[in-house]
Amino acid sequence: MIIGTIVDGIVIDHIPAGRGMELYGYLGLDKLSCEVALIKNAPSGKRGKKDILKINEVIDLNFDLLGYIDPHITVNIIRGGERVEKRHPVLPEEIHGVIKCKNPRCITAVEQEIEHIFRLTDRENRVYRCVYCDTRAK
Amino acid sequence: MRSLIDIADLSVSEIDELIAKAEDIIADPDKYAEKCKRKKLATLFYEPSTRTRLSFESAMLELGGQVIGFSEAQSSSASKGESVADTARVISCFADIIAMRHPMEGAPRVAAMNASIPVINAGDGGHNHPTQTLTDLLTIKREKGRLDHMTVGCCGDLKFGRTVHSLVAAMSRYEDVDFVLISPEELRVPEHVRTDILNASGVRYRETESLSEAMESLDVLYMTRVQRERFISEADYVRLKDTYILTPDKLETAKPDLSILHPLPRVNEISVAIDSDPRACYFRQVLNGKYIRMALIMKLLEVE
Ligand SMILES: [Zn+2]
Repeated sequence: MIIGTIVDGIVIDHIPAGRGMELYGYLGLDKLSCEVALIKNAPSGKRGKKDILKINEVIDLNFDLLGYIDPHITVNIIRGGERVEKRHPVLPEEIHGVIKCKNPRCITAVEQEIEHIFRLTDRENRVYRCVYCDTRAK
Repeated sequence: MRSLIDIADLSVSEIDELIAKAEDIIADPDKYAEKCKRKKLATLFYEPSTRTRLSFESAMLELGGQVIGFSEAQSSSASKGESVADTARVISCFADIIAMRHPMEGAPRVAAMNASIPVINAGDGGHNHPTQTLTDLLTIKREKGRLDHMTVGCCGDLKFGRTVHSLVAAMSRYEDVDFVLISPEELRVPEHVRTDILNASGVRYRETESLSEAMESLDVLYMTRVQRERFISEADYVRLKDTYILTPDKLETAKPDLSILHPLPRVNEISVAIDSDPRACYFRQVLNGKYIRMALIMKLLEVE
């Protein structure tokens, strides 16, 4: 098992507890052929509990998406068994093609080709709204 | 190249400029008779709205321009399944500016992202209708001589009434404007209007179920239609549609210089007995709609 023994890969740490699986789907980790581990409800000093994703390969990550989930997430890049980089995502201004607008009256509901785009409208409360219909992302 | 999709796309000073331009057009329309000569407006109406379409078209004609377009989806390429994006690209080859009405929210935004000419949102479902808001602002400015220091009452369907939400958002940017929101419990303004507009701007507002009680404090009364298509159940619609009807006796306590607005068409919210009252502004409001659209078309076409 890869827990704790990644040689070349990524550890996504401090994922809000309960959102690891959602992130697993968003990042398309189900499509990887390498080993991937999701650890749920790991003890966390700061917030009680957290989720962790371990990926046994260095892949390109969508940092806007990570920032949208939570800017407190940390991404550790592991090479040769050593952590070579630690990165924090930032709250993105816009997020493209990941979250879907759920409003049945939105133009994106009838035209499948349109890219779903959400824009940050309230930084303090981390509110994102569909650029087409202003529906709030949930 | 700019488009107008949401009233929030315009700053207060841009709105004030548009209003000043419209007032100048009203004062001397001949000066503007050839401003858009050889320019074409495409009215792409995916759902019928004859009043809005004719307002845009007459605005363009009075600027010396020409008009092409369609007035319902059945007669357009949309019925063959063409996307809004493709239609916007194609029409960009034929016209100089687009006015789009569409039943789906955000369709004019999609058009603006793909067109190479300016796009004006002429109403997208229950979402935005910025030229209606500009019309309302011009009307209040002309009737009152100002857009600040007043109490504005909004009455009727405040839940689904997008014209009210936009008007409140636009007016709350002016100094010392108070709102009285008059509606039945079921049709109060939605939470996002309360948090994102009213509380965010810090304006004074109060909510009441009584039009009569609010009347004496009002400088402007904005009446709205309770629309059948916004209701899920016919029973709810029938029960609420007659809740607030403005009749001459309700105006007894009103200020002598009250301005009564309505985005039209009305069903029965305003008794026809009020039409002859000088405080009724809603037909002048229609005329103002043409003038503000003239000012807007000129601005977006960058015609001086
Ligand atoms: Zn949407």
